[in-house]
Amino acid sequence: MGAFEKSVARTQPLPLHDSREDTGLPDARGHFGTFGGRFVAETLMQPLLELTDAYNRYLTDADFLRELDEDLRNYVGRPSPLYHAERLSKRLGGAQILLKREDLNHTGAHKINNTIGQALLARRMGKTRIIAETGAGQHGVASATVAARLGLECVVYMGSEDIKRQALNVYRMKLLGATVVPVESGSRTLKDALNEAMRDWVTNVDNTFYIIGTVAGPHPYPVMVRDFQAIIGREARAQCEDRYGRLPDAVVACVGGGSNAIGLFYPFINDPQVKMFGVEAAGDGIATGRHAASLCAGRPGVLHGNRTYLIEDADGQIIETHSISAGLDYPGVGPEHAWLKETGRAQYVGITDDEALQGFHDLTCIEGIMPALESSHAIAYACRLAPAMKQEEIIIVNLSGRGDKDIHTVASRQGIRF
Amino acid sequence: MSRIQACFEGLRQRGRAALVPFITAGDPRPGATVPLMHTLVGAGADILELGVPFSDPMADGPVIQRASERALKHHVSLHDVFGMVSEFRRTDPLTPVVLMGYLNPVEVMGYEAFADAASTAGVDGVLTVDLPPEEAGPFTSLLKGRGIDPVFLFAPTTNEERAASICTAAAGFVYYVSLKGVTGASSLDVEDVAEHIRDIRRHTRLPVGVGFGVKDAGTATELARVADAVVVGSALVAAIESAAADEAGMHAAARELIGSLRAGMDTVSRAA
Repeated sequence: MGAFEKSVARTQPLPLHDSREDTGLPDARGHFGTFGGRFVAETLMQPLLELTDAYNRYLTDADFLRELDEDLRNYVGRPSPLYHAERLSKRLGGAQILLKREDLNHTGAHKINNTIGQALLARRMGKTRIIAETGAGQHGVASATVAARLGLECVVYMGSEDIKRQALNVYRMKLLGATVVPVESGSRTLKDALNEAMRDWVTNVDNTFYIIGTVAGPHPYPVMVRDFQAIIGREARAQCEDRYGRLPDAVVACVGGGSNAIGLFYPFINDPQVKMFGVEAAGDGIATGRHAASLCAGRPGVLHGNRTYLIEDADGQIIETHSISAGLDYPGVGPEHAWLKETGRAQYVGITDDEALQGFHDLTCIEGIMPALESSHAIAYACRLAPAMKQEEIIIVNLSGRGDKDIHTVASRQGIRF
Repeated sequence: MSRIQACFEGLRQRGRAALVPFITAGDPRPGATVPLMHTLVGAGADILELGVPFSDPMADGPVIQRASERALKHHVSLHDVFGMVSEFRRTDPLTPVVLMGYLNPVEVMGYEAFADAASTAGVDGVLTVDLPPEEAGPFTSLLKGRGIDPVFLFAPTTNEERAASICTAAAGFVYYVSLKGVTGASSLDVEDVAEHIRDIRRHTRLPVGVGFGVKDAGTATELARVADAVVVGSALVAAIESAAADEAGMHAAARELIGSLRAGMDTVSRAA
């Protein structure tokens, strides 16, 4: 059988849900234990209910799943490889480190797994305009990309501080035909961009679909984004079993909002022998207060439509976060992570800016792979974890994005200017 | 009878609609709020809505966002807001005060502690913008248990099924958001509003207020024909903002706007 026939024979799409990995959560109103839910103004309730209905319908629609599967394979480039970082593993002298190469996806990160899913859903719902929020610009680029691909109008909200820091991605979005709207309110970063996108959605809900980039926001976003990202863990699981005949001993991913992490974790939740580590941005160090580690150092509250862990002051005002990586610089976190923390199923740890930079340089020099600064947090933690484990043990690290976008940040840390 | 009920009952007998101005507590500075509340009452306000500043006011347009930011520069907290209401109550025992804000500061304080403090301060109603009735159960019963009315929003997108559940949860009055959009957005269509209010009245006997998009006496007058209460927020906050440097000018601007809305609305005679 030739390659072409083989590919045709494979067109039976993977379902978005696999009963083996079902946790029974969230409930019908989007709760993961006490977390999640729908905390929005009345104007958004009906649109969210409609989105929930549409999502539940297409979740099992063979035609939709086939369309999604086609795009994931031929547009995004899935499945992404599971790469054995042999030299790095040897150097550390402990567990074997496998990298799930989401950096090799079209647009260079895991973000597109979700934007392609939501954009196809938008089209099925008859929406002609998509909006998105972005911090570092990766989700904005992934949204602008799929909008171009589907011929949809695209408006991206971005804090004016982030626009200054990420000029290249701003230009990339414009090249793709998107309008980038600077957000001047609040701290002028990701959280404010999310507020502004919500305001746009409330106003233009008739023709507009809001593509949220992470597993946060009101129900159904956390579950919908998880389902679109779970392909990461599902592939990794099958690849690991194929090659090593068993499951990994640990999975590691960075957590800002937490979409790449939940994508990797979710298919392993019911396998208690697989330890799960979510790595948050400890910035200058948790003790300094300059960090973005909501789960490590925050407390439960309500923001952006869901109940979750937040970084806030004593009065419940959301405070500015800090991380060298713009993609982790968010004061909340997806509610399912809050639940995984509360139940103890996953552990959440912090990696500082300096440690993440070390991870960036290590992977670049030892494996010839330049990770995004977000993913560098996960690399750095795996490097801490591996030496204490046995050589026959396996750690899968989600290499969620490539580092090209961060070269300016890394260079300026070394005092180099272009 | 609660202060809110008594207020609407009195207005009904006089054939008038309630005028409900909104200001953000602590804007432009904490000391300005209580005197402004008295000025608004003097100019013809029936009920006062006091915004609790929040760092991420998702449902508000730029005018009220800026008011929140100004108040937060002075670190105005829920405790401060309760202090302002208590101070106002010392000289005004009658005018109902409704707090309007977002859930997170309440979550941090704790629902019960919030309800107790609100009751002690003399708060009459609480509108939590991002708390729909589906999530509000424990909070509304704590409020109702202390005689405080939980006020809920209706939107143009609210369907029949949700309308019923909102009316079950609500007390005092319900608040129809006349636009798809945020506070201070463009102008509203009075005919369309009238139709929605008729729909809402099929679900509840509570008074129906209208807000979002009320900019001038003309709109307020039109709305007074169909609604039981007219809420004016962004237009007032903008007037305060532009006169903020001068205390007397700020009070004059607030008095002038509220006075003109009152005069317009009082030309409407409603069936008692």
